[in-house]
Amino acid sequence: MNTFEKIKKIAAPGIVEKAEDGRLVLNMGPSHPAMHGIVKIYLTLNGERIEDSDVEIGYLHRGFEKTCENINYNQVIPYTDRLNYVSPFINNVGYALAVEKLMGVDIPERAKYLRVIMSEISRITDHLTCIGANAMELGAFTVYFYLINAREALYKLGDSVAGGRITPNYTRIGGVSRDLPEGFEDEVKKAFSILTKNLDDSEKLLSRNRIFYDRLRNTGKITKEEAISYSFTGPLLRACGVPYDVRKDEPYLVYDRFDFDIPVCSEGDNYSRYLVRLEEIKQSMSIVKQALKQIPSGEIKNPDYNVSLPEKKDVYGNIEALIAHFKLTFEGPKPPAGEVYFPVEGGNGELGFYIVSDGTHKPWRVRVRPPCFPLTSALSRMIKGGYVADIIATFGQLNMIGGELER
Amino acid sequence: MSAIEKLKSNFPQSIIAIGNSAGQDYVLIKSEDLKKIALFLKNELGFEFLMDLTCVDYKGYPGREEKHRFEMAYQFYSFNNKERVRLKVPVEESSPSVASLASLWLSADWYEREVYDMYGIHFSGHPDLRRILMYEEFQGHPLRKDYPLKGRQPRIPERK
Repeated sequence: MNTFEKIKKIAAPGIVEKAEDGRLVLNMGPSHPAMHGIVKIYLTLNGERIEDSDVEIGYLHRGFEKTCENINYNQVIPYTDRLNYVSPFINNVGYALAVEKLMGVDIPERAKYLRVIMSEISRITDHLTCIGANAMELGAFTVYFYLINAREALYKLGDSVAGGRITPNYTRIGGVSRDLPEGFEDEVKKAFSILTKNLDDSEKLLSRNRIFYDRLRNTGKITKEEAISYSFTGPLLRACGVPYDVRKDEPYLVYDRFDFDIPVCSEGDNYSRYLVRLEEIKQSMSIVKQALKQIPSGEIKNPDYNVSLPEKKDVYGNIEALIAHFKLTFEGPKPPAGEVYFPVEGGNGELGFYIVSDGTHKPWRVRVRPPCFPLTSALSRMIKGGYVADIIATFGQLNMIGGELER
Repeated sequence: MSAIEKLKSNFPQSIIAIGNSAGQDYVLIKSEDLKKIALFLKNELGFEFLMDLTCVDYKGYPGREEKHRFEMAYQFYSFNNKERVRLKVPVEESSPSVASLASLWLSADWYEREVYDMYGIHFSGHPDLRRILMYEEFQGHPLRKDYPLKGRQPRIPERK
């Protein structure tokens, strides 16, 4: 009998049971505030130490991939908002880029910059949520309010651009849905000054705080080799000393035109992950500022009638545009038969879309490579040998997002 | 010399086809040689990341001539060479089984469990193959093309 069978047999009917040999078997979650409501861990404890564990997921599975096979390409975009719901713009962008690559279409320069700006704002909100929630779970409630306050300022920016705080549905195949509103640059400045203030305060409260430091330092450790074997990407991999970032290594959109750094740490523990995220927020702010300086004026979507919807005045003014409007609304774009894998750097790491097309207006297969799936698969490994209390710190820094984990 | 060319010269017998789609190359290999080739990619060519692993059900795919129903797709990435390779492996409907890579990459454990859950593909040599997203009593495999979009499941008996 494997460990899981053993644990489950004992633990499923009750919450806490004693195993025959005196070890304690404990069900942690899914209705546990620190497990974010959707992950359950079967723990075998020897005193306070974790001897073995099994992580159970599946409580938020919504059949995203199955749904995608039954709708057209543009209809998938609102569903991608709900993958990683704290950085929805990155999902929109990743999916749109994959389909555009499959179709072989390019998008106007301005749209590329818009996608970069919104992606980086999203990355900041992602990291803020992670650090804020993690700090709250470790007892630093004030920090949570500071960071969520900053996040709200950024959500409002997203709202003003796309019309939705956390479900922006911003990209379209061939471009983006709207241009920046008037005075956006000033709003960004204001939001960033709130962010800088809140972040500085939080940093002072957290970084050298004895409780926070002691609970993150040397907990949830993983070696570089293991991290690679577990297909780690994003902040967790960089905290192990591997400077892998899709934005640098395979630049998409216009990331090769900005000056930014990839922070790395060498320890591979929770504190390194916190430091990496903190620095990444600052780097993302710098990218947004640079992008706003460089952004050219012009179109925000590909003018090809096979790709994106024509302007309303054309729809009412000429027959080709009317037909294109009709065809695109009812059927949507039709990529040629084939397949593509396109990675972008999400908040948690490499977010990849593997799309197979049969040449019709519905995708044959949409596979998402969710960055936190491999991370969560290593949770058992990271908490092994530690204390029960360390699970909270490790799970928080893992930044498991149910929407993308289970799709 | 690209990784695909190296595979071609080292394993001429194992490769069924080499294709290109949207500017990305892929290699279709014989199912029985998967582990050998994956090991070669990892140790000799420096593809240390198994980025993704999934399956595609081609039942009813328009204009398809190949006989096998499923195809596994493995995305490998080499950080040092900044190179990606996609391996594809045919899987027959009659015996949906393929070798497990869990002994080479720790991440393959959960990836393969998901494919097993969603497509019913068996991975020989997997240490702990069971459902991951659906519950144990779930009947069928939801991402197969013949599983209905709004399929209903029988009720699970209550505990006595």
